[in-house]
Amino acid sequence: MSTETLTKNDAFITYLLRLADDRLILGQRMAEWCGHGPVLEEDLAMANMSLDLIGHASALYTYASELEGSGLDDDYFAYFRDDYEFTNLQLCELPKGDFAFTMARQFLFSSFSYFQYQILKNATDEQFKGMINKHLKEIKYHLRHSRDWVLRLGDGTEESHKRIQDAFDELWMYIGEFFHSDEIDEIMLREGNGADLSSFKDEWKTMIEETFKEATLTVPDWDQFMMTGSRKGMHTEHLGHILTQLQFLRRSHPDADWK
Amino acid sequence: MSKNNEQEWPLWEVFYQPKNGKPYEHAGSLHATDAENALQNARDVYARRNEGIGIWVVPSNQITASTPEDMGPFFDPASDKPYRHPQFYSVPRAVKKRS
Repeated sequence: MSTETLTKNDAFITYLLRLADDRLILGQRMAEWCGHGPVLEEDLAMANMSLDLIGHASALYTYASELEGSGLDDDYFAYFRDDYEFTNLQLCELPKGDFAFTMARQFLFSSFSYFQYQILKNATDEQFKGMINKHLKEIKYHLRHSRDWVLRLGDGTEESHKRIQDAFDELWMYIGEFFHSDEIDEIMLREGNGADLSSFKDEWKTMIEETFKEATLTVPDWDQFMMTGSRKGMHTEHLGHILTQLQFLRRSHPDADWK
Repeated sequence: MSKNNEQEWPLWEVFYQPKNGKPYEHAGSLHATDAENALQNARDVYARRNEGIGIWVVPSNQITASTPEDMGPFFDPASDKPYRHPQFYSVPRAVKKRS
């Protein structure tokens, strides 16, 4: 294997892990609502979304382990890496907060994913393309459902309006990372398997602004201070805590087997 | 649910179409804030296992139903009219297949 192919393969693995880590951590956060939803119907909706996200992560981890080729499996990536090895967006690891916070975060994440996957669905790698197309259908639903709640809470009561506005204000400094691009993105883009993030930034912002307008919400400052570093393994204090819960069982019984 | 929730989250009946051309069937009911919310909740509560290809949601209070007292006048007269059932001739195999 030449150095160049190794780099391409490494970039692909890193890229898959970034996408997977986002979804595993956000799925785990969403799962915290299971049994605690405001009404039965929404409890089921959130459990569904959580399982969708974890399912997406699982498929991406499995493909990463195939490309990695040294016998590590998807469980290794999910359960045996430490916090600094996780490259999920900080947005995904923040505590679930109240229902408004959860829906605001889901709307920001799903709307970004929607545009990103619209490009990735034309990837040259067949297996990657296949899973992206499959997952995109569920992302569209997550977007529809979370957007609907943003409108409902924003244009709802005084209390619900305040809660969802507060949620967006708090989340805002974590959205800058969506459009952070580095050498991994560049290699993936060159290989026809990446997404040029700048190509849909304006369109995404328009979607956010239109939704906020309809929801009677105020758009926070796009140019305010933004957090960075998660793609390099820099996280908030919350990631370690969620990983202890997520990884505890698997690490306590490292040789456990379903069979 | 409290009375307040009952007003804010009224009851809806959910129907789904199992296949193209098949009639819609009643799946159950759920609470939702409005029609779009009811449709989404129906998807999450009743369409998790490939149940169908279409969903209807209807506010439960818009359904007019017969009462148990109606049973006699509504249904009993049919029980001694076997000629209303197409059971006195054999159905061709091709037709059977189609249904």
